[in-house]
Amino acid sequence: MKISSFFLLLAALAFLPVAHAGDITGVITLKGTPPAAVEITPIKDDPNCSLSYPGALPKTKFYVVDANGDLADVIVTLKGISAPSTGASAPSVLLDQKGCLYNPQILAVQTGQKIIVRNSDNCVHNIHTVPKANDPRNVVQMPGGADLTFVFDKPEPFLKFQCDVHPWMFAWVTVVDNPYYAVSGADGKFTIKNVPPGKYTLEAAHRKLGTQTAEVEVKADGAAQNFTFEVK
Amino acid sequence: MNNKYNPALFWFAVLNAVATFLLIGLGGLVTSHEAGMSVPDWPTSYGYNMFALPIKFWTGGAFFEHTHRLLASVVGFLTTILAVWLWLKDSRKWIVWLGVAAFLLVIAQGILGGMRVKLQMASLGIFHGAVAQTFLVLVCAIALFTSRWWQNSETQKQISVPRGLRKHIFYVTILIFIQLLIAATMRHQHAGLAISDFPLAHGKIWPDASADAIARYNAERIETYNVKPITAFQVELQMVHRLVAYTIFLGIAAAAFLARKKLGGRDALTKFAFFWLGLLTLQIILGAATIWTNKAADIATLHVMVGALALLVGALWWLVAERRTRLAV
Repeated sequence: MKISSFFLLLAALAFLPVAHAGDITGVITLKGTPPAAVEITPIKDDPNCSLSYPGALPKTKFYVVDANGDLADVIVTLKGISAPSTGASAPSVLLDQKGCLYNPQILAVQTGQKIIVRNSDNCVHNIHTVPKANDPRNVVQMPGGADLTFVFDKPEPFLKFQCDVHPWMFAWVTVVDNPYYAVSGADGKFTIKNVPPGKYTLEAAHRKLGTQTAEVEVKADGAAQNFTFEVK
Repeated sequence: MNNKYNPALFWFAVLNAVATFLLIGLGGLVTSHEAGMSVPDWPTSYGYNMFALPIKFWTGGAFFEHTHRLLASVVGFLTTILAVWLWLKDSRKWIVWLGVAAFLLVIAQGILGGMRVKLQMASLGIFHGAVAQTFLVLVCAIALFTSRWWQNSETQKQISVPRGLRKHIFYVTILIFIQLLIAATMRHQHAGLAISDFPLAHGKIWPDASADAIARYNAERIETYNVKPITAFQVELQMVHRLVAYTIFLGIAAAAFLARKKLGGRDALTKFAFFWLGLLTLQIILGAATIWTNKAADIATLHVMVGALALLVGALWWLVAERRTRLAV
């Protein structure tokens, strides 16, 4: 091939249309008044855990919603996408036990992704997973004990972590089998990055309010889709 | 062959029965506090020999689970001694075998409790609860059979109890056992209160258990304990529990008034039947209080204990009635 032909081919390739990945963005809002959060009163009866709360006791966090109705802790996932999990190489996620509460209470990971469970408290906890699709596990973690690693190999919504020593402690982990998911933040916003162009079903799932779906088409400039949950 | 009354053996059997009743209460506290899985290993506790677990770990849910294991060990030990004692000192073959049965049952119950923890099978908790009730009746029956009254009853004049009344009591007692199975199934769903109001149910005489309604109940519920979301099955099960409770109450009320009519108001069995009726009244109040207090652990556990007593009273009433009738013939 002559040099001039090679450059001609390169120029032609440069002008060929290329499918660019886009982001799916949106805002989750809540319509209506949710049940009020309540104080986790059993904490005050525990001599170890109550030390973390000399003042007001912590409250439940089932509906994390701001004055504008923006709803946090909603898991947004893509259905019908054929992309393998990148969980094995993804950074691990920390699930901390501090003040006898799980932090965060809602999170999402991929299959194969490591969840590091830490005991930052000065008391014993048991980490008890109550899955439907994955294998259950129940292990003790002493104060100052080494971090424990949890990995799940099957997708599952809202897999529960609980402590039976302190039965007000729980967290829910949604396990997805692809890298396209997000958890809405305190402002209700979510972003699923670098989604290949195409048509998908987007699902938003809240621990208490159930799930909603919407059909989206992702183009080079991404896609936007909001969800509104309603308290009936 | 008439066996001689042995007061030491009798009081030891009573001690075993009392310890078993307390063990049921402690087991009730474990479930009421959702603490059954707080010590993940068995027969060790947090890797320690069960009897050497440092007291600093006896906190929160682990306090209930660990003390339940310790008291279970005590009951196992007492039952073993009772079985050996009966074997060596009681001339009645059938009661010797009852002692052996109690020994085997307490071993099976211990293993069942351990497997509940090891296999993480909530459904095993239902069997664990049912075996506990059966075991309580068995050890109390052994105490009755070793009592002075039972062994001297042949030499005393006995008044028979009409067959219809005995059958009535028997069937009500069986119904109480079925009710306890329903209750154990409810408790071991680990879902808290499926219906949170009483005497209505989700504001109605019969609650809406449609999918939309269940989703609404769950959305409205703010749990401070790690209970599962409720299901339509659990809502309907609690309604069945309520209906069976009313049926048992009517059955016991009928038994008490029938006993007064047939045996007279001064007969011990009549008084026992009215005690039973009082117990059921208390039990229904405790059931209502369990709901009104959002399943406060102490109230819910008292409900379990009074339920066990109700079963026990029915079983002992029937055994005494059968004994009296047989000797009166």
